[in-house]
Amino acid sequence: MNPPIAIAALATPTARAGSAWVGFRTLLYKESLRFWKVSFQTIVAPILTGVLYLLVFGHMLDTRVEPFAGVHYSSFLIPGLVMMSILQNAFANSSSSLIQSKIMGNLVFLLLPPLTALQFFGAYVLASILRGLAVGLGVFAVTIWFAPADIQAPAWIPVFALMGAAMLAVVGLIAGIVSEKFDQLAAFQNFLIIPATFLSGVFYSVHGLPPFWHVFSRVNPFFYIIDGFRYGFFARSDVSPWFSLLVVSLSFCAVSALALTMLRRGYKLRT
Amino acid sequence: MSIAAIEVSALTKRYAQVTALDAVDLSIKQGEFFGLLGPNGAGKTTLISIIAGLAHATSGRVKVMGHDVVNDYRSARRSLGVVPQELVFDPFFTVREMLRIQSGYFGLARNEAWIDEVMQNLDLADKAEVNMRALSGGMKRRVLVAQALVHRPPVIVLDEPTAGVDVELRQGLWQFMRRLNRDGHTIVLTTHYLEEAQQMCGRIAMLKAGRVLALEPTHDLLRRISGVLVALRLRGGLPPALREQVIEEDPEHVVLRLPHPREVGAALEACRSFGSEVEELEVGPADLEDVFLQLMAETPERSGP
Repeated sequence: MNPPIAIAALATPTARAGSAWVGFRTLLYKESLRFWKVSFQTIVAPILTGVLYLLVFGHMLDTRVEPFAGVHYSSFLIPGLVMMSILQNAFANSSSSLIQSKIMGNLVFLLLPPLTALQFFGAYVLASILRGLAVGLGVFAVTIWFAPADIQAPAWIPVFALMGAAMLAVVGLIAGIVSEKFDQLAAFQNFLIIPATFLSGVFYSVHGLPPFWHVFSRVNPFFYIIDGFRYGFFARSDVSPWFSLLVVSLSFCAVSALALTMLRRGYKLRT
Repeated sequence: MSIAAIEVSALTKRYAQVTALDAVDLSIKQGEFFGLLGPNGAGKTTLISIIAGLAHATSGRVKVMGHDVVNDYRSARRSLGVVPQELVFDPFFTVREMLRIQSGYFGLARNEAWIDEVMQNLDLADKAEVNMRALSGGMKRRVLVAQALVHRPPVIVLDEPTAGVDVELRQGLWQFMRRLNRDGHTIVLTTHYLEEAQQMCGRIAMLKAGRVLALEPTHDLLRRISGVLVALRLRGGLPPALREQVIEEDPEHVVLRLPHPREVGAALEACRSFGSEVEELEVGPADLEDVFLQLMAETPERSGP
């Protein structure tokens, strides 16, 4: 500890106003820096996983399955894999960041400042969207070399990429708020996110499913994300992209309302 | 009269079966150095958590610098810097990153000059670029203090800040806190080291089982309750009349608590007339620990809820 040094003006004991924008921006920066600092694990590894899926399933099934007339299975699979990567990583980012902060105890650094529920929500969700899109873009950039795509309706691609990432970022936020331990979060992942992703048409067109699973797909919001996203590539889909967009938007609003309510009340964050 | 730094009114906090705080009233004036004492489970940390917005009150209100911690939480939190009891840190960042980020959460960009100054004062300057993970416990504690000060809050709350901290840091920390207090900051601390509270705090609240048992200036508390302590070594035994005053006894010594210094002479006289010779005598003020033990013993434990 230094002896008292000459100080021009030590703290003026009045609270300083501070700007809400700076608060939001800082939390967004911190959340983005968090995954960026371990990007080998948070970005590179999931890209590799996506590519492995394509190599294995694409190679095995290219000659046997033709989900849409005139579309190779590998070409069909790429949008599914890209979207699956976006969804899983957007979810992983917000949920794991929050649960780590809870378990490490450093969540207190976010609970003491005057951050609003909306700032908290916006920063966590936006950072998770960034990670989801970074991984999705990576998977796309690598896999596209294996099965060049003839993109039919490109405007839909960013729309669904963004909506899918945003929705799963919010679901991840909720999972992070609700979970108190890593195994609870793992349950969310294993029993909700992975089944919903696998049953949403990543690997197949739901038209090929038995009737029960076909109906089940229709109540799974993930199905609409992937179906709409795939429409951007082939201009063909199981349902209209407009309808998908509606379902995805409504789902996003519903989970966002839930997450914001939890944050406002401090549910499981403040005792 | 100016606004209280912290105003706690009829504050109650119940967890499922436990009443952690029971209708606590407390007003801490601006510029005070205030101590919050009590045994483990007395409700100190719960009280601080509610002041800081980390916990919700079951009923009652709290204001920081006149701002309600619920309805006007943003202004209340801006006015408050809290050093948490747990040694928490974020392993992803360096000390400087941590402080910049914390400053940003309070809406303050370009706060570098103040961050440097806080680091300098807490002897953290040469650790600025070191990752939090690589710091010792004492250093992590300093960063926690720095984080609490990064937005220059008028009210600073330290929850057991010197638990498990080496002597050097403890001294340095108190020196820094005294200076912040001189500059007009209100400082509230909880501590287990009663000696520390006695030295530092102008006023003290003693909590037990969620209630305030005493709330007084430190010197009043010491004077009112404890009087003086007289340690004696006697040859010939203690006169029965003084038995009641004994607070400590071993074969060699006996310690008496007398309500007032003027009674020391009478006590010695009683020994003489009893035929005992005083071989050793030490007279001193009772310290906070005696007050504390006396208060805690006087108030019967409440039975369960």
